[in-house]
Amino acid sequence: MADYKLMKGNEAMAEAAIQAGCDAYFGYPITPQSEVLEYLAREMPKYNRIVMQAESEVASINMVYGAAGAGFRAMTSSSSPGISLMQEGISYMAGAELPCLIVNVNRAGPGLGTIQPGQGDYFQSVKGGGHGDYKLIVLAPASVQEMADFVFLGFDLADKYRNPVLILSDGAIGQMMEKVQFHPYTRPLVDKSSWATTGKPKTRDRNYITSLFIQPERMEKHNLKLEEKFKRIRENEVRFEEYNTTDAEYLFVAYGLSARICQKAMDIVREKGIKIGLFRPITLYPYPYKRLEELATQVKMMLTVELNSGQMVEDVRLGVNGKVPVEFYGRMGGMMPTPEDIVHHLETLIQYHHAN
Amino acid sequence: MPTEEHVLPETALDVVTPACHEEEYEVVYHKPATMVDVHMHYCPGCAHSLVHKLIMEVVEDMDIQEKTIGIAPVGCSVFAYDYMDIDMQEAAHGRACAVATGIKRLMPEKYVFTYQGDGDLAAIGIAETLHAVNRGENFLIVFMNNAVYGMTSGQMAPTTLPGMHTTTSPDGRDVSYYGAPIKVAELLANLPGAVYVTRQAVNSANGVRRTKKALMNAFKYQQQYKGTCLVEIIGNCPSNWKMTPAEASRFIDEEMVKTFPLGDIKLPQPDNLKTV
Ligand SMILES: Cc1ncc(C[n+]2csc(CCOP(=O)(O)OP(=O)(O)O)c2C)c(N)n1
Ligand code: SF4
Ligand SMILES: [Mg+2]
Repeated sequence: MADYKLMKGNEAMAEAAIQAGCDAYFGYPITPQSEVLEYLAREMPKYNRIVMQAESEVASINMVYGAAGAGFRAMTSSSSPGISLMQEGISYMAGAELPCLIVNVNRAGPGLGTIQPGQGDYFQSVKGGGHGDYKLIVLAPASVQEMADFVFLGFDLADKYRNPVLILSDGAIGQMMEKVQFHPYTRPLVDKSSWATTGKPKTRDRNYITSLFIQPERMEKHNLKLEEKFKRIRENEVRFEEYNTTDAEYLFVAYGLSARICQKAMDIVREKGIKIGLFRPITLYPYPYKRLEELATQVKMMLTVELNSGQMVEDVRLGVNGKVPVEFYGRMGGMMPTPEDIVHHLETLIQYHHAN
Repeated sequence: MPTEEHVLPETALDVVTPACHEEEYEVVYHKPATMVDVHMHYCPGCAHSLVHKLIMEVVEDMDIQEKTIGIAPVGCSVFAYDYMDIDMQEAAHGRACAVATGIKRLMPEKYVFTYQGDGDLAAIGIAETLHAVNRGENFLIVFMNNAVYGMTSGQMAPTTLPGMHTTTSPDGRDVSYYGAPIKVAELLANLPGAVYVTRQAVNSANGVRRTKKALMNAFKYQQQYKGTCLVEIIGNCPSNWKMTPAEASRFIDEEMVKTFPLGDIKLPQPDNLKTV
């Protein structure tokens, strides 16, 4: 068994990138994730890999585009304002079906916002973000261990589906220190020779990477092909975790840092004799609608907790489809609810729904 | 309106092409085999088609088809990969130099070039371009300066001449309002990362020959020298200049070169040589 290390989330992610065989990292400094670039600037050259501080996030994502288009494992990371700048490139990569790993260590916005953690980029991450019909596979880590694990998973999923994968973390998970374990990893063999631009030998047709389909018939065909891929992703890649759901009458629904806080809140509520469970989506796209729909036949009410003004709650409601009330509690702008805040809110709601 | 001398003599339309027996002729010129044999979408007299061919001739002459990767821009030449029979990537508008950086840094043994218009390179992509050259990225930038946004039908570009009429400068480019045209080659030659910077035009047979030579040098320098090569080419855009092809060629000699003088601006120095 591998040893435990004590690491910051951002550093664990960077180390995982090295161990996952990331060939190239391009990034631009921004709090709260600059440690990734710093760590890789120090470590990547030791493995003869490429690491580069680009002139902007626009450049970073396009360098990733070039490297990924040539068949390499490429990655970038940033925080909210930087991820906004990358949206153009992300849309192009999704359109051109290029695999890559992008990490957003979410800070609170809008605008320059604050460097404190937030979950306000949920919609941007799961509903598109850039222009056109595309989806990213979105993974939401809730621990330093998952910051590392999802790098391996993310690269593999990106290669499997030829699609960008986004790890949606936040300033707290990125900055906090926890123990983390790195497991031996074997990179799946992926044949990219049918599309990667490595130089055209006489024996094959030229490969070109593009998202341009000027004839509407071809554009639609391409969109349908992408949609078919997203359907396969929805069918095969849904991931979530449940705690205490077997006997639950009430349910917290939360991802990432919010799920960590809800876990504490759940323990407090359980001690009071209220049967509450926690549902934690791990993939925010594809979203675990089906499991939530099932749980809606069992629980009396769900409370979605987020560090924003209510974004994922819309997906919870889509899954639950009116079967039970879905309530929302959130703090935003870098403010964090305490487990006690959440407990208090839950109790008020239980009373309210009981009375009505 | 076409002037008198540009109107085809009526007889030209009536000429019946005699049956051609190829074996009776000696082939003195052929399209490079590195080009895809399809019709091009470019307007008659457009520089893009000619320069595509020159690049592909160089690739053929140097026998580097297997080792060459091109980056197409957003602009009229967005379809370059339909014509060049090499591996290519289509970059977002202005991002070609960032994309090329990603490719070349991972495959330093390959020949990499970007092909970009003036809107693409000098407006929306000036940051990516300038930083790539400043880092001395070891690829070639083929910069097609036609002083307008060709693809979007003739709006003002950063390179539009003072007083030049475009759809967004209907009274002529007002330098006091929009600034002077950017002399990209001179600007980038200032950066130590640039090893070879030249400006050429393809509006005459001599110009075509010189341009091909410049492209050939630039491809060769990519292996020999550290740093970025920039070949700026003054490109004819008869459609948006509202001229015939012949008028467009004259316009380059009479007007464009006043702002964009032709010739080498920076040549590689011995200390730019790659050490082996
Ligand atoms: C982000 C973005 N903005 C605007 C456009 C529209 N657009 C397409 S080509 C172009 C200008 C191209 O001009 P240039 O680079 O000079 O190339 P030319 O067609 O003249 O060869 C513009 C503005 C776009 N495709 N993407
Ligand atoms: S609009 Fe201008 S640049 Fe575009 S194809 Fe026509 S002549 Fe060439
Ligand atoms: Mg132009």
